Amino acid sequence: MSFEWPWQYSFPPFFTLQPNVDTRQKQLAAWCSLALSYCRHHKLYTLDVMEAQESPVFNNKKIERKLSMEAIQVVFEELRKKGNLDWLDKNKSRCLVMWRRPEEWGKLIHQWVSKIGMVNSVFTLYELSNGDDTEGEEFHGLEDWMLLRSLQALQADGKAEIITMDDGKGVKFF
Amino acid sequence: MIYYFMFYLDVGVALLSTHRLIWRDVKNHECCIAMPLSQILLFEEQAAGIGKSAKIVIHLQATPANKEPGPYQHSKYSFIKLSFKEHGQIEFYRRLTEEMTRKRWENTPASQPIPIGTGSQAGRTRAVGIVGIERKIEEKRKETDKNISEAFEDLSKLMVKAKEMVELSRSIANKIKDKQFGLRSYLLSMGIADPVTRETHGSGTHYHMQLAKQLDDMLQAPLEERGGMMALTEVYCLVNRARGMELLSPEDLVNACKMFESLKLPLRLRVFDSGVMVVQLQSHSEEEMIASALDNVSDKGSLTAEEFAKLLGLSVLLSKERLLLAEKMGHLCRDDSVEGLRFYPNLF
Repeated sequence: MSFEWPWQYSFPPFFTLQPNVDTRQKQLAAWCSLALSYCRHHKLYTLDVMEAQESPVFNNKKIERKLSMEAIQVVFEELRKKGNLDWLDKNKSRCLVMWRRPEEWGKLIHQWVSKIGMVNSVFTLYELSNGDDTEGEEFHGLEDWMLLRSLQALQADGKAEIITMDDGKGVKFF
Repeated sequence: MIYYFMFYLDVGVALLSTHRLIWRDVKNHECCIAMPLSQILLFEEQAAGIGKSAKIVIHLQATPANKEPGPYQHSKYSFIKLSFKEHGQIEFYRRLTEEMTRKRWENTPASQPIPIGTGSQAGRTRAVGIVGIERKIEEKRKETDKNISEAFEDLSKLMVKAKEMVELSRSIANKIKDKQFGLRSYLLSMGIADPVTRETHGSGTHYHMQLAKQLDDMLQAPLEERGGMMALTEVYCLVNRARGMELLSPEDLVNACKMFESLKLPLRLRVFDSGVMVVQLQSHSEEEMIASALDNVSDKGSLTAEEFAKLLGLSVLLSKERLLLAEKMGHLCRDDSVEGLRFYPNLF
């Protein structure tokens, strides 16, 4: 299924950071949504800022408009505030994109665990992300760092406990 | 003349000229004797000793026949001694040597003795010259200074009086307020601002009021032509061109425009966020303008300030202001690219 672009993507003003405050809020919301859905569609978990500028997300060749570097930074900052983005370095050149927040992942995983009635069992991280049983689940193929964060979120919620074992980490769900 | 001195004469002053050696009694200036230098055969120093003062011994030649009578008829000595009781022997000797070497009496005829012995006196004359000029300049400067201060004294006194007058008229104005319009307008026409007026109507003078009325007459037609709004700079040019002489200053124009509202004239001075000032008809409705702007833009999909100006017959400056205002109100949004600045209807 090819990615469906939102209507704003063909609207030239979309690529100019709007000075009117109210208009800008709506614009940024649309950008965040677009960026996240694009990453979700292509299963992108990290973004390089330099590459992003050339990526079709921020660069619509058809209408010959692209977001300025300044505007991209503003969008990323907005994502970070919402909890969907984490900078990997101080220079803000690479970031982790969490098109689903850790809490949301955690919830999904816990739901599945409850569904199959395996609460109080211990799972290895590998089992969760790459096990045969989880194939078809959305969190299948989830990258380790993301999975860990999700479980940490559950842990903070009291719904799981991360256990360190000889050959890696495991988790017990409550 | 030859003078032979066997006896001490009284204390006197020895003077040397280019032609003569002169001796003058220090007490009785009438007593004065002179001798031509040409009579000097040779001379020598005699250093001072204990109880002895420094001397110069001057040996003289034989008396010429035409010699005039002197203090003494005869003397067996062919020399005279100048005894320097206090000081001056060295200097005198030096000068005598100089004169005897140069023998200036041979070149120029003897004239009045020129005092050259005491150099300090001549020096003082020179100093008087330059110092005198400097002193004169200083005096003149002081005089000018004084004049200026005196002149300004009067001015500062005047200003103090003027201040008192203003205070007085203000207190009167405060007391009468709205009751007696006649006196208040009289005060206004004198240029003394009434504090009440300043707060409510802007500080105006009679002149500005008249001017405001004049502007109202002048601008009605042009404003209608231009869609009800004109930049203040356009107004300035228009008005001054019409007046020909007695041009308006920008300050006067602005001050007059500020009075439109208080004079209940159907014009308004308006300042945009960007600082651009316009005069517009009071009947001009901003909402209408923005609504029509939105219509125009939607119609064409998008517009630049230039395109909009052409469409409406407005100046580019004013058309841009209108678009910016519509954007501010959220009706339009912008597309800023290398192609320029375009405005779209706000679909967000």
